[in-house]
Amino acid sequence: MKYESQGVAKLYFIAALALFTAQIIFGLIMAFQYVVGDFLFPEIPFNVARMVHTNTLIVWLLFGFMGAAYYLVPEESERELHSPMLAKLLFWVFLVAAGLTVAGYLLVPYSTLAELTMNDLLPTMGREFLEQPTITKLGIVVVALGFLFNIGMTILSGRKTVINIVLLTGLLGLAVFFLFSFYNPANLVLDKYWWWWTVHLWVEGVWELILGSILAFVLIKTTGVDREVIEKWLYIIIAMALITGIIGTGHHYYWIGTPEYWQLLGSVFSALEPIPFFMMTVFAFNMVNQRRKDHPNKAAVLWALGCAVMAFLGAGVWGFLHTLAPVNYYTHGTQITAAHGHMAFYGAYAMIVLAMISYSMPFMTHGKPANSNKAQVVEMWGFWLMTISIVFITLFLTGAGILQVWLQRMGDNPQSFMSAQDSVAVFYWLRFAAGWFFLGGLVVYLYSFFVGGEPQEESA
Amino acid sequence: MSDKFTKSMARNIFIGGSLFFFLLFVGLTFDTMGSLPKRDHRENITPQVANGKMLWEENNCIGCHTLLGEGAYFAPELGNVYTRFGQNKEVIKAFIASRPVEGIPGRRSMPQFNLDDQQLDDLAEFLKWTSEIDTNNWPPNVQG
Repeated sequence: MKYESQGVAKLYFIAALALFTAQIIFGLIMAFQYVVGDFLFPEIPFNVARMVHTNTLIVWLLFGFMGAAYYLVPEESERELHSPMLAKLLFWVFLVAAGLTVAGYLLVPYSTLAELTMNDLLPTMGREFLEQPTITKLGIVVVALGFLFNIGMTILSGRKTVINIVLLTGLLGLAVFFLFSFYNPANLVLDKYWWWWTVHLWVEGVWELILGSILAFVLIKTTGVDREVIEKWLYIIIAMALITGIIGTGHHYYWIGTPEYWQLLGSVFSALEPIPFFMMTVFAFNMVNQRRKDHPNKAAVLWALGCAVMAFLGAGVWGFLHTLAPVNYYTHGTQITAAHGHMAFYGAYAMIVLAMISYSMPFMTHGKPANSNKAQVVEMWGFWLMTISIVFITLFLTGAGILQVWLQRMGDNPQSFMSAQDSVAVFYWLRFAAGWFFLGGLVVYLYSFFVGGEPQEESA
Repeated sequence: MSDKFTKSMARNIFIGGSLFFFLLFVGLTFDTMGSLPKRDHRENITPQVANGKMLWEENNCIGCHTLLGEGAYFAPELGNVYTRFGQNKEVIKAFIASRPVEGIPGRRSMPQFNLDDQQLDDLAEFLKWTSEIDTNNWPPNVQG
């Protein structure tokens, strides 16, 4: 750690991992509810568990991105953070807001939460992923503005690199596109159209800038490859991400009331969306192959490579599977979507945050570049268990999805939704089992922070 | 990558490319906004329909159901439920009103939301309006 203020990232990473754990526990609850429908009913009905599962995911990734920015920006800008105090203050504001929101989901019926938080003044609740009370959304805006101010001031008065400028651009975009979450017209078609301006332009747009810049940072640090080479790759990857991804939004505009031309536009551009992810994989492996040093933190390199591969598989390949309009006509809103969502989020966003945590935590805990060999071996067990589990979760959901499409949407005698669900239950049981392996992997991963042993020095 | 392809070329592709496609996206959005009124029949959005949407949101229906294919995949698609239930609002209302408080042993069941008759009617009106949106013939069949 070159600058003392980078250390604030540790708080953010600890909160991220705590919320990650909550996310997985609620994921398991839902996976069980898929096969034993009345589990925890009516105390924690499926919709509540799902809100906790998806919202903790979003919030832990935001904690992760912020932590990554607080660690990376001072080092890139070659100066201390503008205000470490503000970073700590905003951390507690965000954590308390997130905690109260999740408690609200769990303790009172959602309609009561809407009433308590005066949703009728500015109704924004009850839309997928944007279930947070309006007051929480306002809190997110305040935290984001303070965070951007802090990061922006650091970058503007320090060294400007491609990495910190791209990161800042991505974070600015994240804040700007979140503002569309406050627009909720009575017309469902308009609501859905603009809802995607937050959701799609986040995950298939500006978040890829954040992902790319963090990956580039970790690769520069662990491979010692010339910055010029890495920055050129970064530019071309994010260029392809936005060139394909912006009009690629069209793949959400096939069946929600929007004009037919989106079927052609969405199909063509989103079919190209795997390209930046493929380039990211080539980039990561090339840089590691051309490395000028052997960084002792093998686990961080594994996470970085794993992130590139899994993002390509999850976002690229599994996205392409159902993105063409004639295919999507049958798969839209089935378990195929769920399969893609799981691997894409884990591969692209969970893994990049875990890569950054893996790289930076040793510096923040003992000031050395890498944990003991023993701790790294445990961490890598966590990596493989979680990653292989998500592959199986994705495969089982894909199986469920294909069968669901076949039974419910094709043929002369289509089954009802619930009857098709009963027919595919075996895949849900298998997914539930894979979920336990994922939790096991997470426990192993978390344990790796407590293994201890002699930290490793930079090798010559 | 080759040396002839410089970092500033890569940067220009990024800035120019994303700016161009964002502006194109904004242009397409204008066009879409112009053609939506004919497809969404917004003239039929009565205060009842609007209140039905609010009830849909404040009870987090999207947490289990899909609506026009978006949402959770735990419970049936509701964009065409009005059609599936024989274009009969009363069937929709009776279904929602009759959910057992303690659920159904071993099975998925919708919670009992304790809506009054007016609210049930508003919700059904919202689902009826939704079923009339021009969705390019989605879903493929009445099962959703």
